Amino acid sequence: MALEWIGDGALLLVVLPVVIYLLRGVLNAAKSIVPSVQQVASTAQAGSRDLDSAALLATTQEQVIKTIESAANYGGSLDVILDDARLEE
Amino acid sequence: MPAAGVVMIVAVVLIIAALVYYLVSTIFALRKITKGLDDAISGVAGIIEKSAPVNDVVTTINKNLDAGVDLLEGLLVKKAGMADAVGLVDGLYPGAAAQGFRNFPESRTIRAPRIGEIYTKGTLTLARLGREAPIAVKSPLGPALRDPAYGSRSARALYPGGRPPAPEPLPRSPIIGTGSPVQYPEGGDGADSGAV
Repeated sequence: MALEWIGDGALLLVVLPVVIYLLRGVLNAAKSIVPSVQQVASTAQAGSRDLDSAALLATTQEQVIKTIESAANYGGSLDVILDDARLEE
Repeated sequence: MPAAGVVMIVAVVLIIAALVYYLVSTIFALRKITKGLDDAISGVAGIIEKSAPVNDVVTTINKNLDAGVDLLEGLLVKKAGMADAVGLVDGLYPGAAAQGFRNFPESRTIRAPRIGEIYTKGTLTLARLGREAPIAVKSPLGPALRDPAYGSRSARALYPGGRPPAPEPLPRSPIIGTGSPVQYPEGGDGADSGAV
């Protein structure tokens, strides 16, 4: 009979607090991850939105090509118009 | 039933209730984490998808810009000469002479004339066209040889009968350096004395 009471005491005073302590630790750890994951998700989506303008690089590429072509034509004309520098200089 | 048995049952029920409460709460927290990770994965996938062509496009842009730089550097050196080209670039972008031209490693060792202190920007090409270019607009010894505000009219006046078909090469003007007819005092920064 006494052993049963000792077992009851152990369950209530030792096992139950230990179980609650361990489970609360797991729950707190899981809850602490939630805001971090949400921040990661919002940051990733914001980064994805920032890259929406990356498609404009294709336009930039075309403009650069046209600009370089114009510069090449202009340089070709200057090459014809202007005398070369003298070698002794 | 003995009282000790009832207490044991109550203790077991309490333990099971604690297990259920905390485990269910943990499950909900893990579901939130899963949803957040799904959102993060979709965002990262969008980043990967949108940035995929960037490398090729930027490489092409850089390649074209490199070609443009090669073209303009070569043309400038060919037409103005290495020293004046370095001086002109250094006048427009102070300190650029130390970096030199990319395709002309010897340009890093050239002592750049102080073109930026003597000429207004953009007059080097005009100066190479003839002595009447507004090269002396900032000369302390006198006014410009012609009015820089009407440079094109003056340039047309050089050839009233039309430009000769094969003009003789004009002497280089202005003369810069120690051998120039007009000397200016040594600059405070140790640069060579510019002269016109």
